[in-house]
Amino acid sequence: MTTVAVDKLLEVRHVEKRFGGLTALSDVSLSIHRGEIYGLIGPNGAGKTTLFNVLTGIYRPDRGALAFAGRNLIGLKPFRIVEAGLARTFQNIRLFGNMTALENVMVGRHVRTRAGVIGAVFRGPRTCEEEDAIHKRARELLDYVGIARHANSLSKNLSYGDQRRLEIARALATEPQLLALDEPAAGMNATETANLRKLLTRIRDDGVTILLIEHDVKLVMGLCDRVAVLDYGKRIAEGPPQEVQKNPAVIQAYLGGALP
Amino acid sequence: MIAPFAARFKHWKRDRRALWVGYAMIAVALAVLPFLVDNTLGRTWVRVIDFALIYAMLALGLNIVVGFAGLLDLGYIAFYAVGAYTWALLASPQFGLHLPFWLILPIGFVAAGFFGVLLGAPTLRLRGDYLAIVTLGFGEIVRIFLNNLDHPVNITNGPIGINLIDPVMIGGVSLTKTHEILGIEFSGTHIYYYLLLLLVMATIFVCVRLEDSRLGRAWIAIREDETAAQAMGINTRNVKLLAFAMGASFGGIAGGLFSSFQGFVSPESFILLESIMVLCMVVLGGMGHVAGVVLGTFLLAVLPEVLRHGASPVQQQLFGKVILDPESLRMMLFGLALILVMLLRPSGLWPSPIRRREFADAKADS
Ligand SMILES: Nc1ncnc2c1ncn2[C@@H]1O[C@H](COP(=O)(O)OP(=O)(O)OP(=O)(O)O)[C@@H](O)[C@H]1O
Ligand SMILES: [Mg+2]
Repeated sequence: MTTVAVDKLLEVRHVEKRFGGLTALSDVSLSIHRGEIYGLIGPNGAGKTTLFNVLTGIYRPDRGALAFAGRNLIGLKPFRIVEAGLARTFQNIRLFGNMTALENVMVGRHVRTRAGVIGAVFRGPRTCEEEDAIHKRARELLDYVGIARHANSLSKNLSYGDQRRLEIARALATEPQLLALDEPAAGMNATETANLRKLLTRIRDDGVTILLIEHDVKLVMGLCDRVAVLDYGKRIAEGPPQEVQKNPAVIQAYLGGALP
Repeated sequence: MIAPFAARFKHWKRDRRALWVGYAMIAVALAVLPFLVDNTLGRTWVRVIDFALIYAMLALGLNIVVGFAGLLDLGYIAFYAVGAYTWALLASPQFGLHLPFWLILPIGFVAAGFFGVLLGAPTLRLRGDYLAIVTLGFGEIVRIFLNNLDHPVNITNGPIGINLIDPVMIGGVSLTKTHEILGIEFSGTHIYYYLLLLLVMATIFVCVRLEDSRLGRAWIAIREDETAAQAMGINTRNVKLLAFAMGASFGGIAGGLFSSFQGFVSPESFILLESIMVLCMVVLGGMGHVAGVVLGTFLLAVLPEVLRHGASPVQQQLFGKVILDPESLRMMLFGLALILVMLLRPSGLWPSPIRRREFADAKADS
């Protein structure tokens, strides 16, 4: 028997997270392979965002293990997790509103750059070089996600779809190995969603693994290599989209009917 | 393609020359200002400007904490006190120590920075109102300590304060005495003006550089959304502590100069109202905008003096008697001004130009 060796980038094992009496995640296990687009779906309140918050160090799980590129994530501060190569976006967009789009992306370069107080004040050649590189990379990323023309607009004044793109650019600026997106298509119209789909494919093709929470089932089914379904904090299915779609437990979870 | 580019370049070059001419004019104006003021309004007003410069340093320091990093600090005057007392203890008959200024200033800088971290560390998890309350308490605690450290061992002389503090001395020459240089007479007040001006310009330089740097962006990101800043890989703990320390250090330097200029310190100079005053300078001018903060400082440092000197004579002329004493009038107008600014210009009199940039952008788009 031959097994195809897969490179597991992220392994979530038996993770549990409780809020008082509510168990938001119970015994959740899943693994994300390098280079894939991995979908995470489930009804409202299933615990998808909570899983993101556990992954990115905002919450500490009550039980379980997290291994990212062979490294334990539990107990690490959020900035260490970003440093390790896991970046995210937020379901309720969280940009730096009074900064320009360009500056937002520049902040994303923070974790990969070094200049401190001395560098800032005296601006030696090294700092200048670094600042130039930050600028250049930030512009490239704005261009990459297709909002270069808004570089100097305050991020709070961008349209909804552009804000979502900006969040992706900002996360990409941290040079992640895994990009975790929390409902990036929420509030987008059909054209914007189609563009987003192209963007995500391109990001994956450029070597970044994607973890995608999404309610738009058509988008998930068309885009993802594998999907996990959460329901009431439990992982009820994992596998290729076509299989998961037929899984009786999943059909049951979605109001006992076919997938919407 | 080339032609418009070249034209733009020429335009830019001319702008630059205009800029330098502007700078030179400002420099000359600042250089002759104390003499102009002295000859027209009197020596007191030069002193008023000196104090305004000390306040400018304070406000710029607080702006790092409140304006850049968004950490509401209501006890900022404590760092001013730390700087002032550091100088007072190290250069006065209190302990018979008379260290030179180039040693005390760095010590005051570090001491105040240390207190900044001391305040910052336990308050890292607090946000908004809670932080404000704790820092307010901290400011009062420092003042109460200074007030009571006269027993069992006398360190600060308690409420009486410390007297006969050394001025800045350069090569055995006191800068508070009158000196003649190149046939021009410089009083101590004049000399301190130049000294303070130099330090304020250095502070402005540091602030402007900091704002437009990796660190400055991290501070502003924390101000805008701390959770998102964390999720972008910013070590919010260290970056916030750094803001507290930097802001406090500038306060410490300002305090030391205050001490040496006045020759006397007592805890009374470091009451809560002073913290609030400095905060108002920052908010009135335009939080987070260095030039705005300097403007706010001068308005709030100079206008009350104008009132103090002008209100009574004007009332005498108009009504034949003084109806409102200048002090009450000052507080009343001060409150009124703040309310008006809050209503009409909530981001300050001179907010950051980013909004202007934004406006230009919107026009270019359409
Ligand atoms: N900080 C918190 N404190 C208490 N309960 C919480 C907290 N965060 C999430 N929950 C609860 O945990 C459960 C899972 O929430 P979560 O936000 O993870 O769901 P979700 O799958 O992202 O849903 P949606 O599709 O609506 O975004 C919900 O019942 C929610 O109310
Ligand atoms: Mg959610």
